[in-house]
Amino acid sequence: MNIHEYQGKSLLRDNNVAVLEGVHCTSVEQALSAYDSLGSKVVAVKSQIHAGGRGKGTLYHPETREHVMDGGVKIAFSRQEVESYASNILGNILVTIQTGEEGKIVNNLYVEAGCDIAHEYYLALLVDRDNKSVLIMASTEGGMDIEDVAHNTPELIHKVVVDSNAGLLGFQKRDLGMALGLQGPALRSFGKMLSNMYTMFIQEDCAMVEINPLVRTGSDEIVALDSKISFDENAEFRHKNWDDLRDLSEEEDVEIRAKETGLSYVKLDGNIGCLVNGAGLAMATMDVIKLYGGEPANFLDVGGGADEEQVKTAFSIILEDPNVKGILVNIFGGIMRCDIIARGVISATEALSLEVPLVVRLAGTNVDEGKKILAASTLNIHAADDLAEGAQKIVSLIGGEE
Amino acid sequence: MSIWIEEDAKVLVQGITGKQGMFHADKMVEYGTKIVGGCTPGKGGQTVELQGKTFPVWHGMIEAIEATDADATVIYVPPPFAAEAIMEAADAFDSVKGEGVIVCITEGIPTLDMVKAVAYVENRPGVRLIGPNCPGIITPGETGGAKIGIMPGHIHAKGRIGIVSKSGTLTYEAVAQTMSIDEGQSTCIGIGGDPVNGTGFIDCLAAFQADPQTEAIIMIGEIGGNAEQEAAAWAADNVTKPIVGFVAGATAPPGKRMGHAGAIISGGKGTAEEKFEAFRAAGIACAMDPSELGKVLLESLKAVGLR
Repeated sequence: MNIHEYQGKSLLRDNNVAVLEGVHCTSVEQALSAYDSLGSKVVAVKSQIHAGGRGKGTLYHPETREHVMDGGVKIAFSRQEVESYASNILGNILVTIQTGEEGKIVNNLYVEAGCDIAHEYYLALLVDRDNKSVLIMASTEGGMDIEDVAHNTPELIHKVVVDSNAGLLGFQKRDLGMALGLQGPALRSFGKMLSNMYTMFIQEDCAMVEINPLVRTGSDEIVALDSKISFDENAEFRHKNWDDLRDLSEEEDVEIRAKETGLSYVKLDGNIGCLVNGAGLAMATMDVIKLYGGEPANFLDVGGGADEEQVKTAFSIILEDPNVKGILVNIFGGIMRCDIIARGVISATEALSLEVPLVVRLAGTNVDEGKKILAASTLNIHAADDLAEGAQKIVSLIGGEE
Repeated sequence: MSIWIEEDAKVLVQGITGKQGMFHADKMVEYGTKIVGGCTPGKGGQTVELQGKTFPVWHGMIEAIEATDADATVIYVPPPFAAEAIMEAADAFDSVKGEGVIVCITEGIPTLDMVKAVAYVENRPGVRLIGPNCPGIITPGETGGAKIGIMPGHIHAKGRIGIVSKSGTLTYEAVAQTMSIDEGQSTCIGIGGDPVNGTGFIDCLAAFQADPQTEAIIMIGEIGGNAEQEAAAWAADNVTKPIVGFVAGATAPPGKRMGHAGAIISGGKGTAEEKFEAFRAAGIACAMDPSELGKVLLESLKAVGLR
């Protein structure tokens, strides 16, 4: 789960990590009064969306798609500039390298005081799969695309792996700070900041904290100029406050509804809907559809113990996508019994008066009973014995390769 | 032989009085797994009925292992308490007998809880953790066998193919593929799809290589991380038995979590293409479609004179 920069900054501030003074705004008027209250001649006017590359993004009108302004993060040197930037940003669509062509509508703005920057750094904390521990990465090349830095000059990225029993140790903070070329008060400020940020990472169940740039000011203070924070969704049960931080407009409505019913759904661009049990098999089903010349319309995992009702919900979610021209159901029954799935498929197709072709492949527990139930129905359901046959059938039923 | 779990392994069930725990404990007894009882804190002294037989329940793992000399435990504890259950089991196996296998089925454990639990288990070298978020481990026998987890027992048969996979149902698919060419399995392990877990691919490959019953291996990976690439590179130098591989998620879009917490392509890394490439470079025979695993396995067995 991602949160906005302004929310992340408030979390950092609560955890004693230095950030600049800033105000969250949702209107031009608020942006102007934020400018007045900040008392800073220079302010940054920053679009708040859950995607990176905002600074180099482009703003478009939501209906006409006319070009409005280059850059989703602007430095304003006057009240007039704040007004013009804020009105160019709010309510318009921001397209960045991470949003895709459709972009994201900007409803939130962050107006932040300026500061005197001596150097920009990169800092990230994340859970590293290889070391099975928290990894801290830092670089002197702040403000750049870190993937480019990692690719072109990997020696400029410094890493520290935290031992989960010992926690973040003094020498690790010192070594990392010195690797960034820090010394004296700046090194001490960096060490204190890193301790606080690590504590926050653990307490808040973060999945990633990325600060790009982290800056050293002219007075040798270390300040987080940006913040990109995401939480580990598995830990939601112990963070009741996450509900308030969640921006539902940033998430796919249908993906949220799927999650509420215990389904895992991701929309894709193809035209063959899939309904599968198990994440690995669901991915493999998409892959095989593609292998036989089709394009999957979605990833959908109904989980290990889906019942008739969930199968029905799954069908209705798949059919909401107007691109869907056919559906492939692929179930390998373990805990889930094939006869239950067969009944679920029949009642769902009847209830939703399904019109697109449907191929059902069943295997595993009670498979014979399941197949019998499908064969006895008068509905237009095509059976398949294995995944390849299922994929080939659905691809040919919808007209195959263009 | 088999790996880690013998056909007659004695198994405890943590969370045995819960709905999931009881349901699957019953299925395990039905399959022939030697369940010796279970644990639920606060319910020690009670009993549960599985397949018409009575099984004891203890409060904690130390007393349960002392009473039963269990070889393994399987965890069906809800996510908020699962990491603690893993650590309790690790401590108990370590202090009572110095060894044991922990299989954690639970899905949705906070990642930082697993960071702590995995470090805790790794400090106890005789203890092995499989999972979490996995179907478990099964060693089929001539009759019955040891099924520790949630997989459908009846699709398996004793044989010489070792299977290791990140995914549940895709493992069953691989099992069915071996059966389609009249091959059974030595041991099948689901290592789980979480970013931080216990036993990994390399542990499994090393054990299969050392196991005399296992003559060929099926390895199934998925997008996310680079465990598959590392395992392939390791296998190239250390595994002489034929390996057949598949990777799920070739069509997955970047940046989207595909069901499993670990199944995500981030920063252009961890793609299926990259993993297939590493497999091929290591001499692993790849199936591009899981329905062809049987065919590719048969060719691999023929190539080394095993068929």
